Amino acid sequence: MFLDAIKQFLRYSQKKSLWVFHVNTGSCNGCDIEILALFSSKYDAERFGIKLVGSPKHADILLVTGPVTTKSRDPLLRAYDMMPKPKAVVSVGVCSLSGGVFAKSYNVLGPVDNFIPVHVYIGGCSAHPNMILEGLLRAAQILCEEEELWSF
Amino acid sequence: MDKNKRFVLPIGPIHIALEEPIQLRLETEGNIVKNVQLKIGYVHRAIEFLLANKDFYQGIIVVERVCGICSHSHPTCFVQALEQIAEIEVPLRARYLRTLIGELERIHSHLLNTAITCEILGFKTLFVRFMNARENIKDLMEGISGHRGNYAFNTIGGVRKDLFEDEIHEVKKSIDSLEPEIFQLIETVLSNSILISRTKGIGVLTYQDAIDLSVVGPVARASGVDLDLRKDVAMPGAAYEFLEFEKVVEKDGDVLSRVKVRLLEMVESFKIIKQILKDLPKGTILTKKFVPIPKGIGISRWEAPRGGLIYYCITDGTDIPYRVKIRAPSFVNIYALNRILINQDVADVTLISGSIDPCFSCMQR
Ligand code: SF4
Repeated sequence: MFLDAIKQFLRYSQKKSLWVFHVNTGSCNGCDIEILALFSSKYDAERFGIKLVGSPKHADILLVTGPVTTKSRDPLLRAYDMMPKPKAVVSVGVCSLSGGVFAKSYNVLGPVDNFIPVHVYIGGCSAHPNMILEGLLRAAQILCEEEELWSF
Repeated sequence: MDKNKRFVLPIGPIHIALEEPIQLRLETEGNIVKNVQLKIGYVHRAIEFLLANKDFYQGIIVVERVCGICSHSHPTCFVQALEQIAEIEVPLRARYLRTLIGELERIHSHLLNTAITCEILGFKTLFVRFMNARENIKDLMEGISGHRGNYAFNTIGGVRKDLFEDEIHEVKKSIDSLEPEIFQLIETVLSNSILISRTKGIGVLTYQDAIDLSVVGPVARASGVDLDLRKDVAMPGAAYEFLEFEKVVEKDGDVLSRVKVRLLEMVESFKIIKQILKDLPKGTILTKKFVPIPKGIGISRWEAPRGGLIYYCITDGTDIPYRVKIRAPSFVNIYALNRILINQDVADVTLISGSIDPCFSCMQR
């Protein structure tokens, strides 16, 4: 009973304070710059309580840009493992969805969802800051409602 | 404890101070950096391999994604090399339009770098204001080309989108309103005593070192090397030869002079843009005749925001290039870190490496 109440409270608060960790696995920089623009004052994601943090251990959401290259696979998996549950993954940009223009390259292992489960996909090359913002809010919804993420 | 013991401090590959993955291994003695090792290759996407497997028009799309910040410089340089091989004469209006986007790109890139420098210094207000100014430039570029990031503006033999009379009028208006705002920001940075004392005299790259390491772009110009491809070489794809502007050269080679070079270059860019908008020549924006690209070798150069960009193309008469070699400016500039980080404080490392304006996705391609 009591535990359930705490869980309910945690779930509710999850929606209003999202801590985001950003990993670049081989993107062209276009989407990373848009993420930077998202946290500056014009799009201002911080008004929704979304904050960019410096360590995956503090984060609720992993923002991934770019296709997974041979060398960046291990850092990505390590960052994902370090995140506490419940966690959601948002993949930004066409090239992290499918490989995009880089799909046929010898050094690109594949899209992000071949390696870690992805909850929200954001298209566009490069993705518009507003789209990224919407994706993050969608991820907050998922984080709060999805039953699976809370079973640990 | 042994005082002379060296400690290796790894930064990266995924780190909050870095937008992109790279690993810096700093060998330190106490607080002083004694040696630097760079590990790159995290974002290697094999662009040159991809280019050798795609035709020319697909290639333009791919080279646009070498770097998300210089996404106009790369395709322009690429098509310039192809035009050189096929001996295509680009219409004057297209050359002017390419130059216009190129200069807007330079402004937005320099604004971004200055914003990041301010953020590293802990100067949040200036960071936000620089980013705001940059957003306005981005909106302008979106208005002209149709996209915020990857403009898809170039094609072989010209550009893909024209500017109409009323659009030119609108662009002029927003440039006129942006100019005082950005000039005021420039003045704020250059007259702020805290900012100056924090950046003066650190990370010095001497003239001789700059020559030895053959650095390019603002980094070279900040060390007194008089090198600006816009003036120095003929660019058949751009219109710099008809425009008036000056090279910005500083002498000291420290972080402050790199910041200064970027800021003053923006002033020159505004000058160029105003001239372009004033006397944009009439005519077509694309060559009429379709010319197949014959066998040959083309070398083209372009002054990207970060310095000289070189494309070396070999074609064999088919519609797929035989080989395209890209020499990105950040690739030569990053090795200057081996010189300028030595004997500096660990606390200054991010500031100094930020002042090189490294673009890791260009570098590792
Ligand atoms: S989606 Fe496009 S802009 Fe974004 S990182 Fe990939 S290639 Fe670059």
